Order: sequence, then structure tokens, then C-alpha cells
Amino acid sequence: MPDAGMLRFHVPEPEVRPGGTPDFSNVTIPKAGSVPRPEIDVDPRTIRDMAFSIIRVLNRAGEAVGPWAGLLTDEELLQGLRHMMTLRTFDARMQMAQRQGKTSFYMQHLGEEAVSCAFRKALKPGDMNFPTYRQAGLLIADGYPMVMMMNQIYSNEADPLKGRQLPIMYSSKEHGFFSISGNLATQYIQAVGWAMASAISNDSRIAAAWIGDGSTAESDFHAALVFASTYKAPVVLNVVNNQWAISTFQGIARGGSGTFAARGLGFGIPSLRVDGNDYLAVHAVAKWAIERARRNLGPTLVEYVTYRVGAHSSSDDPSAYRPKAESDAWPLGDPVVRLKNHLIHKGVWSEDRHTQAEAEILATVIAAQKEAESHGTLHAGGKPSTRDMFEGVYAEMPPHLRRQRQQAGV
Amino acid sequence: MIEAIRDAMDVSMGRDERVVVFGEDVGFFGGVFRCTQGLQAKYGKSRCFDAPISESGIVGAAIGMAAYGLKPCVEVQFADYVYPAYDQIVSEAARLRYRSNSDFTCPIVVRMPTGGGIFGGQTHSQSPEALFTHVSGLKTVVPSNPHDAKGLLIAAIEDPDPVIFLEPKRLYNGPFDGHHDRPVTPWSKHELGEVADGHYTIPLGKAAIRRQGSAVTVLAYGTMVYVAEAAAEETGIDAEIIDLRTLLPLDLDTIVASVKKTGRCVVVHEATLTSGFGAELVSLVQENCFYHLEAPVARVAGWDTPYPHAQEWEYFPGPARVGRALVETMEA
Repeated sequence: MPDAGMLRFHVPEPEVRPGGTPDFSNVTIPKAGSVPRPEIDVDPRTIRDMAFSIIRVLNRAGEAVGPWAGLLTDEELLQGLRHMMTLRTFDARMQMAQRQGKTSFYMQHLGEEAVSCAFRKALKPGDMNFPTYRQAGLLIADGYPMVMMMNQIYSNEADPLKGRQLPIMYSSKEHGFFSISGNLATQYIQAVGWAMASAISNDSRIAAAWIGDGSTAESDFHAALVFASTYKAPVVLNVVNNQWAISTFQGIARGGSGTFAARGLGFGIPSLRVDGNDYLAVHAVAKWAIERARRNLGPTLVEYVTYRVGAHSSSDDPSAYRPKAESDAWPLGDPVVRLKNHLIHKGVWSEDRHTQAEAEILATVIAAQKEAESHGTLHAGGKPSTRDMFEGVYAEMPPHLRRQRQQAGV
Repeated sequence: MIEAIRDAMDVSMGRDERVVVFGEDVGFFGGVFRCTQGLQAKYGKSRCFDAPISESGIVGAAIGMAAYGLKPCVEVQFADYVYPAYDQIVSEAARLRYRSNSDFTCPIVVRMPTGGGIFGGQTHSQSPEALFTHVSGLKTVVPSNPHDAKGLLIAAIEDPDPVIFLEPKRLYNGPFDGHHDRPVTPWSKHELGEVADGHYTIPLGKAAIRRQGSAVTVLAYGTMVYVAEAAAEETGIDAEIIDLRTLLPLDLDTIVASVKKTGRCVVVHEATLTSGFGAELVSLVQENCFYHLEAPVARVAGWDTPYPHAQEWEYFPGPARVGRALVETMEA
């Protein structure tokens, strides 16, 4: 028992800083297939331990094992692999385009591709995601045209958002992708509101909320959990724990709670943790949670345990705050490699076909990029008009904006 | 005025099943000011319900509902409590149409009682309208009587964009003119207390001239309309009093026409002076009417202090202060 003497202030620190040896020995990784799959109408009180475990399907040998396996056909898995590879290639090209000065800003998904790509395939048309800036796989896996994404990134004359939004803050109602704000956590409670509206309207569509580990500290996250719990809203509350919020390790937002999933327990919300680098596990858990929402069983909180391999954004340099080789030491591996190995193990894929697919995908992405660049990039070629700046503030332009537009000479 | 506000929501809910109403104490109880009384019983718990004490949650959920296709009209119990929702209002509701190029829109109304005069201290008396008029993408409305309150609220609910609807709580029961030591005439004995049945709207962005005059223009809204009327009567100055009704979009044409006629202008509001909406009004009058002005444009406002409790009537810009400004403007 400590003495009641001078009080000491506590600030958590990550295990290792730059120059140190990466160490994830504190991250307990259960064996693939070891976590049971409860019925979707399970009493949440009986599965509280799932907030402290990790649901995994793919083992080290590339096999899909356990009760969460077996939901996807070979065809669907091959398509999933292609989606993740496309997102990775898209990111690499756009990151390079940012470095070339073709746009101001970019954010990539490296290491986290499985989360959004697999989740999308568990949804139905009409469902609505309220994403953060690192879920572009929701668009890629739903067939949203890459050239439209690039037009937005370049803020060019074909930008569907007319040059008004920061790059990668996409919006597509048609593809179930709510307009990204750039503010953090605001979308979480909005997703719950959308889900409440769907229930009020006796609809069958559900919502998916997205947030990162760091932003769970925002009050909107907690408001969302209260509202979701109170009104049993048909929503899946996703937390993508990629270990890093810019330079801040996840322990600063998590505090004394064992996991982010555990945040849901106090609200009586069933809360699961899943291997975010395991396409099959992400899809299986997403399906379970979505089915619960669809059957009026209320919200589910899902924590995806993953790792942000790249920088936070094109404006960030992680070598200043974490060991360079930390991502290599990440115990859950790489989502693309793991699904590739699984498909090779199943005999439906090979290294050669993978290499060939990489080349095909690169060619497709480059073709889209060429088309997008024919409409301009941020500082060259076609751009949205100055008139567009004044449009769309309101449904109908009020007199003071009309006067200002005249002053601007457009 | 409470009945008129309730009637506006009742009419809107009856006409359009997408209209939903919620907030703290709003459902079963009908709101602490009783503005939603009976709506849950009439329209059911899916259309009118109690919310957790989380203003950010209430407005955030409303934005999600609007994105879905509903038309939420939510209550923040006091304007003083809106700050936790400010991020949702400013960064989200106001910006959604613009940033998504109308892919998603946000037709919500955020109602809140505003202003002082009820010994509510600093947490039940503030007038934060300037925090909203400064935000592109919002409309801000302040009714001053039951007839307007109903027509403006129906118009706000039917508007395709987010509307901040500030209800001067000191006017809920009658046209309070700042004479706190005298009884207030109830709305039932005031011509603007007469509220037509059924559906009607008052367009957002149109001011009303409450008192015709030729000597000086008074720009006011909410409770200050009646304070200005009292000040004009008591000083005998032939003031023209304009009730702005909607602060944004602002009815500049009515303001400019009046100031060009009178050549003098006094701007009155209950909110604190510095960076208040009055500063915007004075700028616009100066820009548009400079060569017609015969005196400096005066401002009468709340002092730049937090809203005090015991000193309520020293803080509140009552008819004596407004009257003084009228006299000084006439003598300048």
C-alpha cells in the first residue's frame, strides 16, 4: 500500500522511443480460431471477456481456422485481395503525387487495408458509413471510381466537391460514404443519429460509425455510446486502433482501460476485439455486428487491432517519435501478405499470379491517374471556378453572399 | 408565445412525418418551458422524445438524422448550454452542404431560449446570437412575438438549411419592455399575441417595422423591440423601430431605406457590446448610408461582463439607457 504522502503526476509513455528496440511483448495475441463465436442474440453480459481478447481467423500457416472462418468464397477472397492491393497501390501513387506537388496533402492506409475493404463487403447497398480519413477501402471495395477520388484529391475541374474540401475528404451518398469532415469524432454521434432515423422510419438500413483510437477521447465518442445504448440504435461502432494518433501512442487516449473495446461495456454494448490485419476476421465480425443491428438487437462496438505502418499524413514523419523498424515487429503482420498466403495455401493463388496482379493493378491506377490529371492538378490545368466558392453555402444564395460574389468579380 | 411555438411544431409534425422533436425534458414532460407539451402524446415516442443531457449528442444526432432525410427540430434547454454543441453546429451542420457539394444537407432547427430578465444568472441569461451569425452556412432567427414566432419557426423547419432559433425567454409570457417593476401585459391582450390557426410562414430574412417614425431608426430584435418602444414613448422621440426578426440573412434593404429616411440610427441588443451583432449592423449602416447620416450611429448593449445575478437590472439595457441614446443621437 503506497503512503499518502506527496502526490505524483502520472503521464503514460510507450514501451519504446526512437533508437530503442521495438517491443510488442505486452500485446497478448490469442491463437487464431481460439475465440468462440456467440449467437448474435447473445446476452451482452455473458461476453464481456471478448472486449479483452482478439478474434482471429488466419493462423501463421495461412489457414483459416475456428468458428469465425468459412464465410467467404474463394472468389470473394480473391476480390478482397484485389481491393486491398488496389488501395495500397492507389495510396502509393497519390502519396507520390503529393510529393510531386500535384496536391497539398495525402493520407495513406498502409497496414490497415483489411479494415475498410473487408467491412464494406459485409454491408448492403443503402447502409451508411460515417468514416474517418482512413477508410477509403469502403469506396474502393464498393466500386467507386478511382478517377473520382483522384479528381477530389487534385481539386481539379472535375472534382465532385468543387475544390472546397481538403484532399481525401470524399463524399458519396450513393456509395454509403458520408462526407468526411476533417474534424475528429463528430461523425460518430452523427452515425448514431442516422441509425436512429432509420429506426424511426421503420427502414431496414443500418449505419456504421468509424473512429480512431486517439479520437475516442473526444466527448462525441462518449455521447455516441450513450445515444446508441439508450435508443438501441442500429449502428456498428467501429474503433480502428492503429496504435498511433499522430505522435501520441494509444495509451494516452486509452488511459487505465485495458482496451478500447472495453469502453463499450459500461454502456451495456456488446464489444468485440478483432485482428484488424486479418481480412477474414474483420469480415466475419463485421457481419456479426451488422446482423445484430439489422435484427433490432442494437449497437455493437468493434475494436480493430492494427498498426499504422505509414506516417499519419503527408505532413508527418514518424521517425521522430517511434522506432523505424517498429512496423516490422508488429505481431499481426501485413494484411495483404496474410490474405495472399492464405489463398496460396488454398491453391487458388500463386506468387506469379500475385506479381502479375500487382502489375495489372498498377496499370489501372496509372490509367485513372492520367485521366484525372487531364482535368488538372492542384496548381496546374483545370480547376474549379471562383464562382464555385460562393455556391452551396446555402440552398439559395442569400443577398450578402451575392454582393460579395459581385465584389469578387465573378 | 410558448403556445405559438408549440403550435408551430404541432402544425409541422402534422404536415410532414419527417419532422421529429427531441431534447432534454422535451418528451413526456414537454420541456422546462412547456414548449413541446402534448407533442409526444399526439405523435408518439418516435417523433418526440427525451434525450440524454448531451447538447453535442443532441445536435450531432440531429445532423445524422437530417443526413438520413428527416427534419429534426431539437431543443437546447438554455442558449447558455449550447456551447458543447458548438463544434457540431459550426463544423458540421453549417458546413455539410458546402463540403459535400449538396450530396448531404442539414435541414435542422436548433431552438433555444435566450436572453435575461428572469434572474437566471450567467448560465440562464446569455444572448449568444453573434456566435452564430459569424458562421457561414447558418441562419439565425430571433422572434419577438407569438405571431412571428409561429410563422418563423414553421419557415425554419421547412428551410433546407440549418437554422438557429433563439427564443427570448422573457417574452414567453408577454411583451416585456424592461420596466421590471411593472406588471407585463399578457400576450392575450396584445395584437401580436393573436396567432392564426393552422399553417402559415413568415419568410426568413424579412424585417418588420414595428413603429413608424421619422427622427431616428432603431434596429432591435427580441426583447429589445419593446424596450425601444418604451424608450421612444417616454422620450417622445419619433423613432422608427425595426424588428430584424432574422439576423442572417439580414433584411438590409429595410434597414437602409429607413436610415436614409431618418438620417440617424441607434442599434440595440441585450448581448454584450464588443464584437456583438450590433457591430455588424453599425458597419452596414455606415457602408450603405454614410452620406445620409447626421449623427454617429449609437449602440446600446449589455455590458462586457458575464451576465450577473443580483445586478440584473443594472446590466440589462433597459428603456432609460435606450432613451438616453435616443436623446443623445438626436442632439448630436
